[in-house]
Amino acid sequence: MSQKEYKIGDNRDLQRPSRMGGGRGGVGRPPEKPKNFKKTIKQLLAYTRTEWVPIIAAFVTAAVGAVLSLFGPRRLAAIVDVIEDGMKSAIDRSLISKLIIGLIIIYGVSAILNYAQNFFMTTVAQVISKRMRRDVADKIDKVPINYFNKISYGDILSRVTNDVDGLSEALNQGIASIGSSITLFFGSLAMMLIANVWMALTAVGITLIGFIFMTLIIRASRKYFVSQQRDLGEMNGHVEEIYAGHNIVRAYNGEKKARKTFDNINERLRVSAFRSQALSAMMMPIMFLVGNLGFVAVCVTGGILVLRGDIQFGVIVAFMMYIRLFSHPLQDFAQVATRLQSATAASERVFEFLNEDEMEDESGKTKRLIDVKGALEFRNVRFRYEGMDKDVINDFSAWAKPGQKIAIVGPTGAGKTTMVNLLMRFYEIEHGSITIDGVDIQEITREEVRSQICMVLQDTWLFEGTIRENIIYNKEGVKDYEVIQACEAVGLHHFLDTLPDGFDTVLGDEMNLSAGQKQQITIARAMIENAPILILDEATSSIDTRTELIIQKALDKLMGGRTSIIIAHRLSTIKNADVILVMKDGDIIERGSHEELMALDGFYAGMYNSQFEKVA
Amino acid sequence: MIKILKYMRKQDWLLAFVATLFTVTRVFFDLRLPEYMKQITEIVKTEGSSMSAILSAGGWMLLSALGSFVATVVVVVLSARVASCFARRLRILQFDSVTSFSMEEINRFSTASLITRSTNDITQVQMYLAIVIRIMIAAPITAGWAIVKITNQGAPEWSIAMTVAVVVLLIMISVIFAFAMPRFRRIQKLTDNINRIIREHLIGIRVVRAYNAQSYQEAKFENANEELTHNNLTARRIMIILNPGMGIVMNGLSIAIYWIGAILIDAAGAADKIILFSSMIVFMNYAMQIVMSFMRLSMLFAMAPRVAVSANRIQEVIETQPTILDGTLVESPMDTETEIEFRDVSFRYPDGADDILKNISFKAKKGETIAFIGSTGSGKSTLLNLVSRFYDATQGDVLIGGTNVKEYKQEALHLKFGYVPQTAFLFSGNIGDNIAYGDTTCGVDSHDLVNDAASVAQINEFIDSLPDRFESPVARGATNLSGGQKQRISIARAVYRDPDIYLFDDAFSALDYKTDKALRQALNERTKNATTLIVAQRIGTIRDADKILVLDEGRLVGMGTHTELMKTCRVYQEIALSQLSMEELAS
Repeated sequence: MSQKEYKIGDNRDLQRPSRMGGGRGGVGRPPEKPKNFKKTIKQLLAYTRTEWVPIIAAFVTAAVGAVLSLFGPRRLAAIVDVIEDGMKSAIDRSLISKLIIGLIIIYGVSAILNYAQNFFMTTVAQVISKRMRRDVADKIDKVPINYFNKISYGDILSRVTNDVDGLSEALNQGIASIGSSITLFFGSLAMMLIANVWMALTAVGITLIGFIFMTLIIRASRKYFVSQQRDLGEMNGHVEEIYAGHNIVRAYNGEKKARKTFDNINERLRVSAFRSQALSAMMMPIMFLVGNLGFVAVCVTGGILVLRGDIQFGVIVAFMMYIRLFSHPLQDFAQVATRLQSATAASERVFEFLNEDEMEDESGKTKRLIDVKGALEFRNVRFRYEGMDKDVINDFSAWAKPGQKIAIVGPTGAGKTTMVNLLMRFYEIEHGSITIDGVDIQEITREEVRSQICMVLQDTWLFEGTIRENIIYNKEGVKDYEVIQACEAVGLHHFLDTLPDGFDTVLGDEMNLSAGQKQQITIARAMIENAPILILDEATSSIDTRTELIIQKALDKLMGGRTSIIIAHRLSTIKNADVILVMKDGDIIERGSHEELMALDGFYAGMYNSQFEKVA
Repeated sequence: MIKILKYMRKQDWLLAFVATLFTVTRVFFDLRLPEYMKQITEIVKTEGSSMSAILSAGGWMLLSALGSFVATVVVVVLSARVASCFARRLRILQFDSVTSFSMEEINRFSTASLITRSTNDITQVQMYLAIVIRIMIAAPITAGWAIVKITNQGAPEWSIAMTVAVVVLLIMISVIFAFAMPRFRRIQKLTDNINRIIREHLIGIRVVRAYNAQSYQEAKFENANEELTHNNLTARRIMIILNPGMGIVMNGLSIAIYWIGAILIDAAGAADKIILFSSMIVFMNYAMQIVMSFMRLSMLFAMAPRVAVSANRIQEVIETQPTILDGTLVESPMDTETEIEFRDVSFRYPDGADDILKNISFKAKKGETIAFIGSTGSGKSTLLNLVSRFYDATQGDVLIGGTNVKEYKQEALHLKFGYVPQTAFLFSGNIGDNIAYGDTTCGVDSHDLVNDAASVAQINEFIDSLPDRFESPVARGATNLSGGQKQRISIARAVYRDPDIYLFDDAFSALDYKTDKALRQALNERTKNATTLIVAQRIGTIRDADKILVLDEGRLVGMGTHTELMKTCRVYQEIALSQLSMEELAS
């Protein structure tokens, strides 16, 4: 069997690389801006309301910890002063011991508070992310199916992982630190002013100048980050194209041309990467410079003041620490703004999805179908897809007696699959009615409708799990012998016998099944579900005709005793249906058995014959 | 990880070396600062000093600060330069390597993985290299130099305190990492799990709803979600010990230094007191520098495993040798009637358990049309891939013009073919470029040729309906074209080359019957002198072929014309019967 062609979960298109450029939130990278900051913040606050207590606790512990750390330098300064005082005579050791013990307590408690604050915020972040992920997953089941035509899977996946991670990262890293930053900023400012006004002004002045400088650099580097992202995106696109079309590139000797384009993008990327990296890394020397300048300023002004006898030496020691405590929150402010912005942008995308319109609530519908025979009727059904200017189904009326086989054929776009979508209530009908055993499907819940129907689609859907799990799926109380019977009926048992683990073989990346085997499993699944109505939507289209023979036998077993709707473009599959409906542009243009339609010599006969026409 | 550095160019090594020199300069200035501070302390403590002495010391201090700044800026610029050049080089090496790959290597890595390797992985390495040059080099120099200076400050008690602090710090960091890292590493796997479950749910949304299996899916998701959350919580709760822990070490160290200082100064003679006092202040500074250096180093080591993975992944691609090697021939030395010949060819994928093709032999004469039919997995497409040398036969010989394909230069070999794959692949750009793809000559008449190819492929009407005709854009992934349009453009591309050999790999199944027919009619005239190999599913497509080869599980089970095979070949009969009924076949 084919080694390479079929792999479960191999959906390349979904693996579109998310957010290029590796590591998130580098310094200077422009934050993504939310479209509506206020609204999203409000929603975010509402969403996090359940976590109030730990959030407030985090803010409080952060603030208290900050206050404590402000007292540290004062104590250290006091120690230095005591030593300085004692240089002429003897040092007051007991006073020093007292001061040091006090200091140890201060540092110890502030370390504990620091941990507590981070602990609260981490927990909050994780709890919220978990809830958000679950809400997104639940939401998938609540939006109408046409929503997924508008949005790519990758988009939703990226909301569940990247965006939720982005939000949790922002919550982790910083929101609570605003509390401590504000406290530190004003506290250290006050402490400096109390200690010495002149030194405070020098220190603050220099730090602010440095900070302004830093902001300018961040601004300047943003531009280059944007162009780096753009070049990276382009590189990604080109490489993806060349790798994906590798055999064409090779067969048509397109390597040189591809290399030329590549070189072009590569050089541009190098330049923009260089610029953005150099500029953003410039933050470091500037911060150092600011720190050092502050250091110099404190030493010189402090030295002069000590010399003049205005202050004691300890003040210099204290200032060296205050200046650090003061400049930290400044950097933090800049970063918190950025983080808040990207957190809002991330949560906005999540909320956007969570706010999508949901399907109508049906908890009021209590009517049930009991002992369904499988009589189906479509009466004057009319339908158009959202955003289309033309009806897909114009005026469709058809019926099936219990156990009958109805086939729908017609060119692409004729509306065949739409009929299935309407019957399954994937889409809601606009005009007309569909009834099962005389009951309008609008009168019962979607779940109730669907539990009467089993379905086999063109795209076989298997999930990572054992073959048994894939066959039983969500049906409860299925006995082993039933699974075995189903497998025998679809002709899978021989294959399963060759597998060392039989039914318990795990379908995954390593386990390669042919298209036919995959389809056999989904047919077995439909058998286990054992519903009175069966839909086959192009069930054999992606299978070659020879394998189809085997599958067809399985399908015939499945159809036995069930009302079946068969959609196919391969006409050989539907020849023996009780009624064939030929659809074109939303209308039934011919109906009857194969022989009747051939005798009619109309559209159907034309389609049927063109299949086999010889090229002159 | 270090091994990947061998791809760095000499001039970049030189730049990195210059950066190191500037780093030394920077450290020199950085460590001068506390010394001037010591001077100031001594000036202040000495009775009767003048203010100008302080100012001059302050002036030197300022110069040192600026010197350090300038040196650091140079290092930053150089590191960015080295890193970005290195990244460019890696991208080139990787791209060249991948373009030389055969399908075997591409499949082994998977396209998606190759793309991440060329972008994300390289970005990782680039960022890390820049950081290494900026920080990694500076850290040990600073630490070493500061330690030397500290030992000169006399009092070994302080040095002991500092050593203890560093040791405690290192132990703390390693313990935290030892517990947290495995959990951080699991995050990716658990996130992938979440992704997989959601993706399954989305792809199967109709099935999930049809089976009312929403709660089944949700339960599955909830398990994965819980596992991820639990893992993240534990990892982070361990990791956040780091910050307060480092605070304790640094603050503890400063307390220790002052405490020891107090005792030492108290015990010293009057003359030494001032020196000891200033030494204490300076020591504080050096000690902090040393501790910070170790902290930075350990952070870099924490980042290393992730980057190492990226580096290995890049290297793996660069160092993979293509299994298909180039030959030397540009033209076939022989003039034979037989264009293509398979001599007892077998093929098996390198990791495959079974042969995909077994002992296939056949000949195709010039101008003949040979068709291949068989069920999925019977080896039809693989057979074409052996002709175009996307793969090499495991056993036996594939000859073109009487010469083994392995002896040709691949470029020359590929020039002979007009290859149309099963799924059409178009490049972003415009329609005309796609049709003339691979034509390096771009002659004057190329426009006519494009036009002509388009009309053979039955796509000219569509193109004429577009306002920009052949200049009409093709989006990335050709999302603005339908499957049939893509396929016909892809066929036009083959026609444009006017090749000796046409290779159609099930290229007609995306077309509706009517277009299929018209196209084959036009092609028939065009390919009269060319040898054509067609893989097909529909009997209708191939029944006029000069020779039809029937494959079943890699074996050749029948060869002949349609009529012959209908009489002799059971597999062919089965295929035909599944598509046509008895009477239709007879007619």
